[in-house]
Amino acid sequence: MFSFVLRRLASAVPTLFIVVTISFFLMRFAPGGPFNLERPLPPATMENLMRAYQLDQPLWRQYLTYMGNAVTGDFGPSYIYKDNSVAELIGKGLPYSVELGFYALLLALVGGVIVGTFAALRQNSALDFAVMSVATVGVTVPNFVVGPVLTLIFAIVLAWLPAGGWGDGSLRFLILPMIALALPQLAVFARLTRGSMIEALRTDHIRTARAYGLPAKSVVVVHAMRGAMLPVVSYLAPCAAALLTGSAVVETIFTIPGVGRYFVLGAINRDYTLVMGTVVLIAIFVIVFNLAVDILYGLLDPRVRHD
Amino acid sequence: MADTKNTMEPILAVRGLKVSFTTPDGDVNAVKGIDLDVRPGETLAVVGESGSGKSQTMMGIMGLLASNGRVSGSAKYRGQEMVGLPPKALNDIRGAKITMIFQEPMTSLDPLYPIGKQIAEVIVHHRGGTRNQARPRVLELLKLVGIPEPDRRIDSYPHEMSGGQRQRVMIAMALANEPDILIADEPTTALDVTIQAQILKLLRDLQKRFDMAIVLITHDLGIVRHFAERVAVMRRGEIVEQGATAEIFENPKADYTRMLIDAEPHGRKAAPADNAPIILEGRNVVVDYRIDGGLLKKRASTFRAVDNVSISLHEGQTIGVVGESGSGKSTLGRALLRLIASKGAYRFGRTDISDLDRNGMRPLRRSMQVVFQDPYGSLSPRQTVGEIITEGLYVHEPQLSRAERDKRAIEALKEVGLDPAARNRYPHEFSGGQRQRIAIARAMILKPQAVILDEPTSALDRSVQGQVIELLRDLQAKHGLSYVFISHDLSVVRAMSDYVVVMKDGKIVEEGPTDAIFSAPKADYTKTLIGAAYNIGP
Repeated sequence: MFSFVLRRLASAVPTLFIVVTISFFLMRFAPGGPFNLERPLPPATMENLMRAYQLDQPLWRQYLTYMGNAVTGDFGPSYIYKDNSVAELIGKGLPYSVELGFYALLLALVGGVIVGTFAALRQNSALDFAVMSVATVGVTVPNFVVGPVLTLIFAIVLAWLPAGGWGDGSLRFLILPMIALALPQLAVFARLTRGSMIEALRTDHIRTARAYGLPAKSVVVVHAMRGAMLPVVSYLAPCAAALLTGSAVVETIFTIPGVGRYFVLGAINRDYTLVMGTVVLIAIFVIVFNLAVDILYGLLDPRVRHD
Repeated sequence: MADTKNTMEPILAVRGLKVSFTTPDGDVNAVKGIDLDVRPGETLAVVGESGSGKSQTMMGIMGLLASNGRVSGSAKYRGQEMVGLPPKALNDIRGAKITMIFQEPMTSLDPLYPIGKQIAEVIVHHRGGTRNQARPRVLELLKLVGIPEPDRRIDSYPHEMSGGQRQRVMIAMALANEPDILIADEPTTALDVTIQAQILKLLRDLQKRFDMAIVLITHDLGIVRHFAERVAVMRRGEIVEQGATAEIFENPKADYTRMLIDAEPHGRKAAPADNAPIILEGRNVVVDYRIDGGLLKKRASTFRAVDNVSISLHEGQTIGVVGESGSGKSTLGRALLRLIASKGAYRFGRTDISDLDRNGMRPLRRSMQVVFQDPYGSLSPRQTVGEIITEGLYVHEPQLSRAERDKRAIEALKEVGLDPAARNRYPHEFSGGQRQRIAIARAMILKPQAVILDEPTSALDRSVQGQVIELLRDLQAKHGLSYVFISHDLSVVRAMSDYVVVMKDGKIVEEGPTDAIFSAPKADYTKTLIGAAYNIGP
């Protein structure tokens, strides 16, 4: 197990390297630059800026410099948020995004699995159709619609919850963004769970469990559910990575100072270093969660255990 | 003995039992009101072909029907009505008083829990206590069913055991609560013959020891003859005949029973003339499979599936290749056709094909065809039958016009005994036997000289099997075909081939003319194989 983790972490290094390299050059080959404004800067100012940020050097040297610094944890200064380094920006925003994302993930996972399981047990019943219709709505309605609607109902009409901001970080502030963030993922988890539960309930070993008089609860929870969780767990990794690194839309709607916005703002403004920083962050999250999921998978299914 | 049993009160009395399924095409009546008695300590065989309702009868009684299934009528276990019993009360009977083992030993156990835990769960549920308290009993059961090293195996997962061992574990689970009745639903169909013999012997020994009744659901009359005291023959949801085993076999009353008994493969094949030229040959065939160690694990190893085997197929000959799963018989067939990478010297007629690559082989392909075991998986579900069988013509006779291709398709379908109208329909509209005919038509349309038949009848019912064998024989006589007939079924091989090759672990253990092999086998393994096969004769 330990050697498996080490091997996987070792193989993450080249992955990360490739991701960073491709992003670096893609970003540079995109037209425009961080200082191309609507009203062009005077050539002299432009030249000074370029020199200050070492953007006048050949691309390969910039790349080497960036890589060299990145290895030491220095992701450079942000070109747009001029007083901050990229590391500072991410360091400040990440805790908010992670906390919000964690609650959203928990809600999506637990809610999705419970709803999906009940739908599977009552397959083709009214409950099943109701749940699955709601789930479809959850997937199809974008969160820039869900967010404002939630705000309108619970913050403005009913005035139960604050409309936005982080406040003192108490749960009241988290509930609405958490729901907006979790809803589409909850729907995905519900669909996945329903599908794999229906399949699991039809397997031969479930027939065995029934034939041996095991009570319905143990048939479902002990025997069907564990197997049915495998596809759900597979989806957990990309989902966790997406939720924990923040959502530009939800964070903007609910004015939460997380990191989700940086990816979009950085890309729009050609803030090279900021984009690179978020890319590295997301890549690390994806790699770490995939590893965690592989370990979890092994715990659930003895057939893929890594020794 | 039999007389005392006859007078005994049945422990399971089935009266007017019906099972039906609601489907989008209307209700399907799978079991149409049958009567059946199971008496203490006896073995009752319920025999029938696929779709006869023999399994669904038991599933209905045990409350295990699919969600669209309904059961009605009566099934009384020691006076207790089981039909319509609420699940809680039913759960006191099933798994304790009446237990089951199934056809699929590979999938009947939960892959995610150690086997000991699964057996213990059944004990704890019915008798109380904890899993740890049940452990000694589980060990005892595993020993009883002949699992080697039970102390170690008790913590094994199902995937770490072979099919035969998994079926033993299922039997251990079935015995755990000392049942009155054990329902064995095709318990050995998925197993090799030598393993089948062991499992059936185990069941018989345990039956004596615990004095339980066994209801054996099977399509295999050989097993029935040697194993059961009474037989009920089912067809299309009805019992056409029931009675003592010997009586049924010697003096069958129903036409259907007679047909079933006669459906055992008959006939022998004469050897071709001594000077018949060789059509397909492989000398010193070796096939290695690489087992990869993974991206960062460089521990690749090889598995030798076929180990230095030589085989020469003469014109008009049928060589039967016999062996159990993993013996390398199918791999050998594929190597002969040059479908997989292999070492050795190969020739087709007078052409040396040892070094031909895929392109080089292509013109020869039409002369060497193959028919596979699974008539469900080997036909594309998205093509019409006409498209399936004429596909080869596009490659080998591209000059044919559409009308000519269609004419050939009609001929080929007629030749295998199918209505030519079939070519506009899709594979799922046909039964297993019909699909196998389609697969044969696909091979025959190219007018091949040698055909590899890889278990072509194994997935079929006996009566259908007989028809397919007849068809293959007719085609051979008509076109002077040569066959390599790969099968684990000795009775079919005996009827089809004039020469037999027995394989084990990738090697040939014995070969010779069919009659010699069956009447005087020399190798121990051949003797075991022949001894393990249940014949329909007394």
